[in-house]
Amino acid sequence: MLSFIFRRILAMIPTLFLASIVAFVIIQLPPGDFATSYMANLAAMGDTVSQDTLENLREAYGLDQPVMIQYYKWITGIIFRGDYGLSFEHREPVSSLIWDRIWLTMWLSLVSVLLTWIIAFPIGIYSAVKQYSAGDYIFTLIGFIGVSVPAFLVALVLMYLQFKYLGQTTSGLFSDEYISAAWSWARVKDLLAHLWLPALILGLSGTAELIRILRANLLDELRRPYVITARAKGLPEWKAILKYPVRLALNPFVSTLGWILPGLISGSIILSQVMNLPTTGPLLLRSLQSQDMYLAGSMILVLSVATVLGTFVSDILLALLDPRIRYQ
Amino acid sequence: MENQTPLLEIKGLKTYFFLDEGIVKAVEGADITVPRKSTVGIVGESGCGKTVTAYSILQLIERPGRIESGQILWRRAPENGPEEVIDLATLKPNSRAMRQIRGGEIAMIFQEPLTSLSPVHTVGDQITEAIRLHRPVSAAEAREQAIQMLHRVGIPKPEQRIDTYPFQLSGGMRQRAMIALSLSCHPKLLIADEPTTALDVTTQAQILELMLELQNDFDMSILLITHNLGVVAETCDRVAVMYLGEVVEQADTASLFNEPKHPYTQALMRSIPILGQRNRGRLDPIKGMVPDPYNRPKGCAFHPRCTQRIAGLCDQKSPLLQTLPGSDRAVRCWLYGE
Repeated sequence: MLSFIFRRILAMIPTLFLASIVAFVIIQLPPGDFATSYMANLAAMGDTVSQDTLENLREAYGLDQPVMIQYYKWITGIIFRGDYGLSFEHREPVSSLIWDRIWLTMWLSLVSVLLTWIIAFPIGIYSAVKQYSAGDYIFTLIGFIGVSVPAFLVALVLMYLQFKYLGQTTSGLFSDEYISAAWSWARVKDLLAHLWLPALILGLSGTAELIRILRANLLDELRRPYVITARAKGLPEWKAILKYPVRLALNPFVSTLGWILPGLISGSIILSQVMNLPTTGPLLLRSLQSQDMYLAGSMILVLSVATVLGTFVSDILLALLDPRIRYQ
Repeated sequence: MENQTPLLEIKGLKTYFFLDEGIVKAVEGADITVPRKSTVGIVGESGCGKTVTAYSILQLIERPGRIESGQILWRRAPENGPEEVIDLATLKPNSRAMRQIRGGEIAMIFQEPLTSLSPVHTVGDQITEAIRLHRPVSAAEAREQAIQMLHRVGIPKPEQRIDTYPFQLSGGMRQRAMIALSLSCHPKLLIADEPTTALDVTTQAQILELMLELQNDFDMSILLITHNLGVVAETCDRVAVMYLGEVVEQADTASLFNEPKHPYTQALMRSIPILGQRNRGRLDPIKGMVPDPYNRPKGCAFHPRCTQRIAGLCDQKSPLLQTLPGSDRAVRCWLYGE
């Protein structure tokens, strides 16, 4: 198991390196260097910046040096000092802008994944064990609706209903009094009270998909001879099913961890705009529109790293779950 | 003499599958008797209903299949007390009574040991689970018993092998582990569904030998399902021949091989290649195909392929399985009896 983890960590290194190259290329894409864009941007707003500041910027990020050195300075800055560069639109270091949003995105993803599992697990098992029953057909119908209706539409409908009948607005992740408050228990509670609806909507299509996958996998597993062995041993039916075929059909649940994060990041942009969620999606979109490249590049880098780590964690869990993977 | 009543008596068993396309009569009259401490073989071609018969005994038939009629009489003899007769066909598949019998009194082993053991649980986990289901023992005691059982079935270093996964064992070792699992609660009957088909020939012989050895040790009966007549000849005391869901002949092994009565059994015997016998290199297969299970032939199920059919009788009326006078063998054929 240890050697398995070690090999996985080794395999992550080239992936992370490639991700950093891509992020760096994105930063480099717009014409002109960062200092020039920074100056032009300030000038457009009727502001000026001293030549010294510009020189300092050029010096710090090695802007007048070859690309390789720029990359080196950029990546070592991130790794050793947590310096992701400056956002010229916000005139702030990128690191102070993104972390809050990234944590919120992670939380939203986590809650969304948990909700997805909690809903999909029993329904998937039910649908497989009672294949072609009325309940199976009903869940299949709901599942297809969940897959095909876009999340933002569901969000709009739910927000409208909530406003109309409960008199609440669900915009954002915090109530007004907590938006810029320091972290406290009250703020966490407030966050959780706001989080579940967006998490549910975000997880909707994933839930529907997972139900279908679990149902299909479990149907395969239910017909395997070891299920008959379990029954022939004298196990009660529910135990024979939960201990053996369900255990083997669980793999997709663990795999979701890896792919749900990138899906949420790209898929949640529209939903985040609609529900006004302070997640990474809107910030990434805005930074790309305004060519705020250090911000955009940094976010892409952090999110790729998060995805790679998510995949790593799901691989480890998968190996714990399935000895055939562990002993390969 | 000891108790002479048979351990298991299957009478007129019919197991049907109700599909959208129609009713498949997988078992359409199986009568099999398993005496105590004996080995009974069920032979027949693929799809003749031998496995369904075996699964019916343990109520392992899944929907849309169902035991339609018939009796499966299981004679349970408690240590001290009168003999009990239970009709397994009337028990509910997932009832407590049925689950006590499954694994505890009647155990089963299967054709493919790799797929019939869970790939993600250790051998030990799967064996101790069975032991603890049927016996009031602690986890440590169950583990100890599992190790002993693995040792008994000839798995070397059982203390280590108990923690391995099935895919880490060889085919023969897996089937031994499967046998250890099924015999861990000392059942009175072991149903073996083609236990050696997936193994190579030398391993086959070892597994069969092991089963017979354990049969002696545990005083149990074996119901051996196979299509291999050689295996039957070597291991079984009695044989039931099945064709299209019916038992067509039942006899002790020697009589059946020396003097097969039913035309189907005769044809089966002719189709065995005999080593060293020159027959111009050609086998004598049974003519024709097994009929479509949705459309069973009228009359005797075998008549379209039978070389001795009596026109006007065999294609009209279905014969019954009848005991031949003065013997303990039975045949389902119009050639014998009225």
